[in-house]
Amino acid sequence: MGRYIVKRVLQFIPVFIGVTIILFAMRSIVPGDPVKMIAGERALAPTVYEKIVQDNHLDQPLIVQYGYYLAGLLHGDLGHSYQKGQDVLTIFANKFPYTARLALCAILVEIIIGLSAGIVSAIKKYSLVDILVTLSTSVLVSMPVFWLGMLLQYAFGIWLKKLTGGALSLPISGAGGPISNYPTILHYILPAITLASVSMAFTARIMRSQLLEVMNADYIRTAFAKGLSKSAVIVKHALKNAMIPVITFIGIDFGTMMSGAILTETVFSWPGIGREIYLAIIQRDWPIVMGGVVLIVIVVMLINLLIDLSYALFDPRIRYGKKKAQ
Amino acid sequence: MQFDIGKARGRRLDKEGRKAAQNRTLWGDALRRLLKNKLSVISFCWIMVMVILAVSAGLWVPQVLGDPRVINTTMTSTLAHLAPSLSHPLGTDQLGRDIAARVIYGARISLQVGVFATLIATVVGLLLGSLAAYFGGLLDSIIMRITDIFMAFPFTLFTIALLAVLGPGFINVFLAIGLLGWTSICRVVRSSILQIKEMDYVSAAKALGARHLRIILRHILPNALAPVIVYATMSIGTAIITESALSFLGLGIQPPTPSWGLMISEGQSFLASYPWMVFCPGAAILLTVLAFTLMGDGLRDALDVKVTD
Repeated sequence: MGRYIVKRVLQFIPVFIGVTIILFAMRSIVPGDPVKMIAGERALAPTVYEKIVQDNHLDQPLIVQYGYYLAGLLHGDLGHSYQKGQDVLTIFANKFPYTARLALCAILVEIIIGLSAGIVSAIKKYSLVDILVTLSTSVLVSMPVFWLGMLLQYAFGIWLKKLTGGALSLPISGAGGPISNYPTILHYILPAITLASVSMAFTARIMRSQLLEVMNADYIRTAFAKGLSKSAVIVKHALKNAMIPVITFIGIDFGTMMSGAILTETVFSWPGIGREIYLAIIQRDWPIVMGGVVLIVIVVMLINLLIDLSYALFDPRIRYGKKKAQ
Repeated sequence: MQFDIGKARGRRLDKEGRKAAQNRTLWGDALRRLLKNKLSVISFCWIMVMVILAVSAGLWVPQVLGDPRVINTTMTSTLAHLAPSLSHPLGTDQLGRDIAARVIYGARISLQVGVFATLIATVVGLLLGSLAAYFGGLLDSIIMRITDIFMAFPFTLFTIALLAVLGPGFINVFLAIGLLGWTSICRVVRSSILQIKEMDYVSAAKALGARHLRIILRHILPNALAPVIVYATMSIGTAIITESALSFLGLGIQPPTPSWGLMISEGQSFLASYPWMVFCPGAAILLTVLAFTLMGDGLRDALDVKVTD
């Protein structure tokens, strides 16, 4: 087990270096003057210009610049917004809780709806329910997330309100209410469904195919031969084994949701890091955009590493099988 | 299969049956299976309709529906936000432009981005994947580590970052999507070539003294092509969705050029009063991407390719 963990961490290092080289390269190929990326579009006095060049090591060779960049990243330096005059990390630290809470709600939606849809359609294979689930997963995957968000806004926020004379509707925007703390769980419903949509569809598909595969296994036949009821076989034997890849997918998906949040948060005016990145794109505040990308990429990589490491705890084949021949 | 032919011989061999028995190639079989799949046929027809509309748009749309870009400044207030009617089948937008015309012109952008981005991704993926698999060893390790690095990025996020750096615009959009989308095709190509490499006909070609390039191009690639076709079809849909997302965020196609994502973004502020401004371009994206996805599903079944999500 220890060997597995060391191996995983060692594999992580070159990927991390590669990713940071690409991010660094992106920062360096910005057309025009890199000083503008730091100081903005305004005209600068030559002495100020010179100082910025020196402070940011722009006169050094690229490899040295990369060294400074990496050192800065490891110290949590994501750059400096030139319109807000604030540290990018501080800006995102304030926004992070909103995104994290929304992502957690979305994962909850994904688990509840995605898993049950997948299980039902596997058990009732080729039934009407199965066809409906398969069809709706295809539709969900083919739909732009932001468009789905607007459809939900229209259906539950506008149309339903009109229909019931204003008595019944769901809040459609995070900015509409008091931004600092969402008073009710209602505010989370539509954004969470929107953010979860694609992952929900994939969860349902994976769950279905895994369960169908497991149901053919020998130990399921044995369980039936023992005289167990169908529900006992499914719950106790099939689901337990079919779940492993599904759980892996959901874990990795948390990272995808962090980046998917850009579109969902924009549609729902949700005050998280995604909307902050969108606003920065509109205002051409590139340090925030790049800083946000760097932050999300690193968080996603770390989450994936943690999931890989957690196999060592959960999967007995890794826990005991360290001497297995390659 | 032999049983089938035997049975057919025993009876009267009709024209079609003889034809089927004669040329049974992989591609012929696949086509037959594909044509049996109703969803794939409908999807293919829809894609063809979109292609024909997009290609012919310049000939009739400006005359019949109005120019999708030009704003009639003197009549803007009377033309804006018209509900769907006979002269404007999908209504008009906030500047009085016909939405149907803009959706049709938007198809040009989406289809071009989808095809070109996928083309770039496929060529890069095929090249790197076959190099890695064929030569193996150090080259394989290097290429696969590079693939790992690119796969560590969430796809949409990476395109957003790249466009933030390159600047918005049509060419940059399909460059960004294409240059990031090659990783899965690379992996698919590599794994299928690794299998084919061990086949007897490859050893035979080697024994005959064929050069590397000839073996790759003539013997290995044609046999590794089936999964690539399936993946490429599906990635056209992904590319179209990504383009719409980038344009929605203001990083892709710039106004006044009509793009589906941009139209949704413009319509968002009018959602409560003029919902068709959002519904129509979104429906166009949904139907087109769905068509490519279902087409990919059909091809996968027809070519008997195992695709893992």
